[in-house]
Amino acid sequence: MFEQPVLKVEGLRKQFGDGCGHCNSLSVDALEKNYCTTCGTVYACQDLNFEVYKGEILGVVGESGSGKSTMMQCLYFDKEPTSGAVYIDSYKEGRANLFEESSQQKRYIKDMVLGKVYQNPIYGLRMNISAVGNIAEKLISSGVREVEPMKARAKELLEAVNIPTFRMGEAPKNFSGGMQQRVQIAKALSNNPPVLLLDEVTTGLDLSVQANVLDLIKEIQRDFGVSIIVVSHDLGVIRMLADRTIVMLNGKIIESGLTDQILEDPQHEYTQQLVNALL
Amino acid sequence: MKLQYNYAFFDEGSKREIRRATLKAVAIPGYQVPFASREMPIGRGWGTGGLQLTLSLIGNEDTLKVIDQGSDESVNAVNIKKLIVNTTGAPVTEETKEATLIQSRHRIPEEPLGSDQILVLQVPYPEPLRYIEPSEYVTKRLHGDKEYSGAWLMLFEQIMKHGKMATGADHAVFVHDRYLMAPSPIPRFDNPKMHDSEALILLGAGREKKIHAVPPFTKVESIAFDDYPFEVEQFTDKSCIKCGATHTFMDEIISGLKTVHQCNDSSHCLSRMNQEAV
Ligand SMILES: Nc1ncnc2c1ncn2[C@@H]1O[C@H](COP(=O)(O)OP(=O)(O)O)[C@@H](O)[C@H]1O
Ligand SMILES: [Mg+2]
Ligand SMILES: [Zn+2]
Repeated sequence: MFEQPVLKVEGLRKQFGDGCGHCNSLSVDALEKNYCTTCGTVYACQDLNFEVYKGEILGVVGESGSGKSTMMQCLYFDKEPTSGAVYIDSYKEGRANLFEESSQQKRYIKDMVLGKVYQNPIYGLRMNISAVGNIAEKLISSGVREVEPMKARAKELLEAVNIPTFRMGEAPKNFSGGMQQRVQIAKALSNNPPVLLLDEVTTGLDLSVQANVLDLIKEIQRDFGVSIIVVSHDLGVIRMLADRTIVMLNGKIIESGLTDQILEDPQHEYTQQLVNALL
Repeated sequence: MKLQYNYAFFDEGSKREIRRATLKAVAIPGYQVPFASREMPIGRGWGTGGLQLTLSLIGNEDTLKVIDQGSDESVNAVNIKKLIVNTTGAPVTEETKEATLIQSRHRIPEEPLGSDQILVLQVPYPEPLRYIEPSEYVTKRLHGDKEYSGAWLMLFEQIMKHGKMATGADHAVFVHDRYLMAPSPIPRFDNPKMHDSEALILLGAGREKKIHAVPPFTKVESIAFDDYPFEVEQFTDKSCIKCGATHTFMDEIISGLKTVHQCNDSSHCLSRMNQEAV
């Protein structure tokens, strides 16, 4: 059912540090952990390759430090990758490596082609600007110069994520954690991007609030037809949401497949541990 | 003229550096040019940016006018004048028409300025994006990329809250279709006077160490949404209690139980009264 890749990642690497004679001579698999014991360089993402298909939710699971957030930061240009490429089919017909675009083009891509939701809402929202204003900002960046249509669009989106009308003029600093995440989601959706990036968006929320946000993500996949990458250290979250899943360990993808398949028949020893811990 | 100081207070090297920054500012309308703001015998934040511009520009043929929020006689204006006169011997006027060099805080004179005049504005905060972005590194990048969403967002929030444009002063402008610029805390009423101005307008921020400029005949456009056009303060049905003017920027004065209005530009008001008397 998901034939058409919407987003394609090729050979994505991100290292923190310059490496040394020792680690530069090693092949990717020779590092035992994700860092060099001689010079301390961290190899946070090592040769990541995967695709996201139209309308699917791709889960990315792995323990803390496995490189999930670094990968998402590279995809949203929050960090510059060491090497690699990412293509999105709706941008320049999927022929341009987004990492090589100008800073202006990257800003355009962040406004029009991608939406990101952060675990910590202070990175995704302006806490002192009204919820409506937060959404308007994305519309303004995309070139809208009329107040009334922006207000209407913001209200429609905030309604879709169940923010009560009478609170829409308030600043998110007054909102609960779950509400802040919902405003972030509305903001990410404002320009109807084909791809959403969600990094640990339910981590740290109460279980009932978590369930509520997870339902919302499912609804959004259905109603907006958007493709979503969902990152979580919690296989329970991934099981709830993801059609397909990739498993990361020490900056590498060690297993990938349909989520059901991975849950039923995990191949890698690490994945087996994760699945066992879930039962 | 007191001779213990160099002409116009500064040494020639300092003046030259300020003039170089000024020339650059004129060449790139609306762009904030950094300069080595000098220590002055008045505190930063009291007009040192404007004063440095004035001192670097003033010459033997100049006639000086200094205004503080429309008044030639406020303590601040008087002290700035004293410093300039004591170190240059320049003649001073309150008549806008007679002045060649006008230093002003928070107003552009009502009298239209001509091509033989230079207006120097004192600027407390030269960065129009500062409220939304604290980092200078980032705001420089945003200007470079012409990415002004933050300024539009501030305006959007204002309209959300008040139902209309409500900037008190310092309403940001686009200069020459390129840079977003803080016009200094002049009322919105004065913004249109910058557009296509015959006079050169220079803006100096001493504390923030920036100079920017609007060269003569430059397009200056106040930021506004399509469905909420730019508006100046309205004084409909109001007239100045002294000179009877109806189209000037007016102060509200509470006198007894009554509220009356009076021209904020006192020298313009005075010259209107003198004309009537003739
Ligand atoms: N700025 C940084 N400098 C050095 N190392 C970093 C930096 N950011 C992340 N790392 C390291 O990169 C690895 C991956 O981190 P991260 O992507 O946050 O993992 P995850 O999101 O899967 O928990 C970790 O070992 C982390 O310590
Ligand atoms: Mg993380
Ligand atoms: Zn090394």
